Amino acid sequence: MQELKYSKDHEWVKVEGDNAIVGITDFAQKQLTDIVFIELPEIGKRATASTPMAVVESVKSVSDVFAPVSGEIIDVNSKLQDNPEIINKDPYNTGWIAKIRMENKNELDDLMDSESYKKLTKSESH
Amino acid sequence: MPVYYTNVIDEHLTTRNNAGLFDICHMGEFLIEGDDAFSFVQRLVTKDIGRLENGKAAYAAMCNENGGVVDDLLVYRFNRDRFMIVVNAANIEKDLKWALNKKSVFDDVIVIDKSNETAKLDIQGPKSEQILQGLTSIDLKSLKRFCFSKGTVNGISTIISRTGYTGEDGFELYFSSDKSVEQWNKLLEAGTNFGLKAVGLGARDTLRIEACYSLYGHELTEEINPIEAGIGFVVDFDKGDFIGKEELLRLKEGGLVNSIAAFEMTERAVPRKDYSVFKKGVVIGKVTSGTMSPLFKKGIGLALIKREHNSIGEEVEIEIRDKRYPARIVKRPFYKKFK
Repeated sequence: MQELKYSKDHEWVKVEGDNAIVGITDFAQKQLTDIVFIELPEIGKRATASTPMAVVESVKSVSDVFAPVSGEIIDVNSKLQDNPEIINKDPYNTGWIAKIRMENKNELDDLMDSESYKKLTKSESH
Repeated sequence: MPVYYTNVIDEHLTTRNNAGLFDICHMGEFLIEGDDAFSFVQRLVTKDIGRLENGKAAYAAMCNENGGVVDDLLVYRFNRDRFMIVVNAANIEKDLKWALNKKSVFDDVIVIDKSNETAKLDIQGPKSEQILQGLTSIDLKSLKRFCFSKGTVNGISTIISRTGYTGEDGFELYFSSDKSVEQWNKLLEAGTNFGLKAVGLGARDTLRIEACYSLYGHELTEEINPIEAGIGFVVDFDKGDFIGKEELLRLKEGGLVNSIAAFEMTERAVPRKDYSVFKKGVVIGKVTSGTMSPLFKKGIGLALIKREHNSIGEEVEIEIRDKRYPARIVKRPFYKKFK
C-alpha cells in the first residue's frame, strides 16, 4: 500500500500526482463512534491547510475535519451523504472525503509519516 | 455516568429490543414526612396529589410564583404523611433550598435530603420484567405502571417503581447507596443472557427524545411555564392553591406565546439545542433538544416556537451552521409504547 501522510488532527493524505486524497484515520473514526452525518466541502472552493473543510457528526458530537493541505476542492465523496457510516467501516478507501489539487506540495513536509502518527495516537489514547 | 459504554446507537437499540441498565445514582431524593406532608406537597407541585393513592407515583412540576418551572420531578406517595420526591441531579441544592423555604408556613412537616444515601438504577426495555422477576420476590406482573412496591432485589432492600425515562416498560430501583456496586454488578450479570447492557448518558438522551420526554435545562427552565413547555398535563387547575397557580391561570387565559413542537428533518441533518427555527425566512423559535434518532434514522427534535406555527404538518427550517435544512412538525411522541 502506498505510504500515507497524516495530520495532527487525524486526517490522512494519499498523494496522486498533483492531487491529495483526504480522509480521517481509523483512530479518528473510533473516537467519533457511529458517524451519522457529514457536511462535505463544496467542489470548486479553496481549502486552506489546517482550517476546517468539512464537518462530521456522531449522535453526540460535532467535529471539524481539517484540510491537511491547501488547494482547490476538485471532488468529494458524495456517497457519504446518504451513508456516512462508510467512514467508520472503511476509513482509508471507500471512506475518502475529498480530493484537493495541491497548490504547494511543500505543505506535505509538514505532515507526519505513519511511524510518527502511530506515536501520536499512542500518546492520545487513554 | 459515562456518555456511552460501547456506543450510543448500540445501547439505544439494545434498550428498545432487550433491556438497558442505567446508573442514575446522581439524581436527588427527598423524604417529606409529617402530618402536614400531604398539604405541603399539594402546595409545592402543580399536580393534584389528592388523587394519588398509596403506592403510586406521579410526574409533576414545581413552579415558582411566575409560573416558571423550578424542577420537574416524580412524587411517590407512601401514605398521607410520607412522600418521596425524586429530583434532577443539577437541581438538588436549589430544590432543597426551595422546599425548606416553602415548608415554613406548615407546622408539622420535615424535608430530609436522602440523595447521598440513596442509589438509583434504572432497568428499561421489553425484557426488564423477565430479568428482574428472577431477582425479586415481588410479583412484577401485578405491579402496574406508575406503581411502586418495597421488597428486595438480589437480597437488597429496594423500592421498585414501574416508571422510567425511555418510553419502554421498565423499572426504577431505589436502595441504599452502600450497595450500589453490588446491585449494579448482580443486575448486569443476571441480565447478560437476556441481552442486558449498560447504557450511558448519550443513549439516555436519544431514548427520551424519541419518547418526547422533557429534560430540565432544555424544554424546562425557570423562564418557561409547564403549559408552553408541553407538560400542561401536570397542571391541575381544579385543585386548591399551589405555588404559581395564579400566574399559570392568567397565562392559560390568554398570555401564552410559545409552545413546544416535535419535528423531524425531511432531509438528512442533525438538529441540536439552540439551533434557530425559521418559517419563511423569519426566526420563530429555537431547538431545545435534537439528535439523529437511532431508531428512525432521521434527525428529530423538540423546539420552542411561536404558538401559531405549532401545527402538525407545518413546514419549517432549522439553521445548522449557517445553512437551513427543511423540517416538518409532527405529532408527539415519535415513539410510543403505552396506550
